[in-house]
Amino acid sequence: MSGHSQRPAYSPQSSSAGRDVSGRRATGIEGGSGIKQAERAVEAMARESYGRLLSYLAARCRDVALAEDALSDAFLAALRTWPERGVPAKPEAWLLAAARNRLIDQARHQKVQETYAQSFAIAAQDAEAAAAASDEFPDERLALLFLCADPAINPDVHTPLMLQTVLGLDAATIAGAFLVSPATMSQRLVRAKSKIRDAGMAFELPATHELPQRISAVAEAIYAAYWHGWEDVTGADPRRNGLADEAIWLARVLVRLMPDEPEPRGLLALMLHCEARRAARRTAGGDYVPLSEQDVSLWRMSMVEEAERVLAAAARHGRAGRFQLEAAIQSVHAERARTGRIEWDAIARLYEGLVRVAPTLGAMVGRAAAVAELHGPDAGLALLDRIDAAAVTTHQPYWAVRAHLLARLQRGPDAAQARERAIGLTEDDAVRRFLLGRRAEVIP
Amino acid sequence: MRYMMLVFETDADMEAMHTPGTVQDPLGGAWRAYVKALVDAGVYVSGHALMPSTTATTVRVENGNRRVQDGPFADSREQLGGFIVLELGSLEDALEWAVRCPAATYATIELRPVEPDPSRAT
Repeated sequence: MSGHSQRPAYSPQSSSAGRDVSGRRATGIEGGSGIKQAERAVEAMARESYGRLLSYLAARCRDVALAEDALSDAFLAALRTWPERGVPAKPEAWLLAAARNRLIDQARHQKVQETYAQSFAIAAQDAEAAAAASDEFPDERLALLFLCADPAINPDVHTPLMLQTVLGLDAATIAGAFLVSPATMSQRLVRAKSKIRDAGMAFELPATHELPQRISAVAEAIYAAYWHGWEDVTGADPRRNGLADEAIWLARVLVRLMPDEPEPRGLLALMLHCEARRAARRTAGGDYVPLSEQDVSLWRMSMVEEAERVLAAAARHGRAGRFQLEAAIQSVHAERARTGRIEWDAIARLYEGLVRVAPTLGAMVGRAAAVAELHGPDAGLALLDRIDAAAVTTHQPYWAVRAHLLARLQRGPDAAQARERAIGLTEDDAVRRFLLGRRAEVIP
Repeated sequence: MRYMMLVFETDADMEAMHTPGTVQDPLGGAWRAYVKALVDAGVYVSGHALMPSTTATTVRVENGNRRVQDGPFADSREQLGGFIVLELGSLEDALEWAVRCPAATYATIELRPVEPDPSRAT
């Protein structure tokens, strides 16, 4: 997994304030390779096992925040004792046992109700069994992913919750990516986790008839994480660059845990296609390059090929869905590497399907752009005009496409106005410069 | 709710304001488009660009004595370069507009809620 070295040296998730790992380390034992080895082992555990460990603990005690605290303590304990005692043969089992002990301590000290104490006892037994048996304990991440995207939880928190629990990202990092103040993000996460505990929300997979919408919710949350990572295309913000990698990793987990469902594969294929083109999105000087003008030699074809394999596997199920359609659209764009052309006919038809399944603004604007390529700017503009004006006041892509189509229709002043609106709504400086440069554009 | 967007920038950025073609140039496309978008969206209340911090004068009255000094209040590299007041529903709305501001790429933007005017009925 790439991108994890950019995460804060692991972020023990704590619902209480200020657990500072580095602070604790500063008071630890001085001296050479034992510490290095221990730190590397702990980092590896944080990177590879955090989600699995947390999911397991949270599923047993039915309290995500409590499990986070307990696991956080376990990691701290590891940092304290592994340097002198050596890294244990079964580090995951060690962490699990340490977290279990913490949970039991908490239960005693807080004189928690009988039901909780019983849950902890069960957690203890399970953890014992797990520790005794092997490094394997049940993988509850899928249940946790579904829980994070549960309809009873505020949709705005679905993705942040996943990032915090399954990936172990800290609230400040997540807040930045979602353009929310860190205090607000922390509050929302705490509220969501309290709801999970107080409402007794279950760690179980949805019923079969609910599966399609619930999978859709999980996939959307993962895609939102990717999107927030992708926008930072230059990697200038180290906190956001890693999100794209994290999202792809989550999608792979989802695919692995739900091998008979096509949409997770659609999601993965979509993200792989986008990721494959990352290097081509900007010139060496940092200028924006539109998709149709990208240098295909900069595309990572091995990733494109993987995306195609994954999408083909999804298609074998014969159940179309939003993410498979989006991936298929990207697949057509990727064909340009092979054929030198863009098949707008195929793209327009795929957008037709997409708008029916998931009529987002992005899909509707994308369809208009594709139809314009196929049938001319008038046809595209007609589709844009059908979109509710109030909904697109601050939707940058709408105005950018509108400006382009108006320019093609020689409607100079209207095009300039639309382009100016697009510029005012643009966050990315490279895109803004690109649009500013096009102000003088005259299209024959 | 009203939010003030305070732009803290270096003197060099403020100099660049007078150089056509830079992103800092207020007459350049970026700033003009941004303010227009704010107006079109119905959220713009007011705003001003300030002259460089070298033109500032600081005043205090201490124990009846007037203290006047040349220069700005804070001796920092980034100084207040201008502000915009917006009428919005929430801090999140303000953040969304703040990241679109051309200054976001070269300056620090502070968002602060404005105290409601007690003389106006809310």
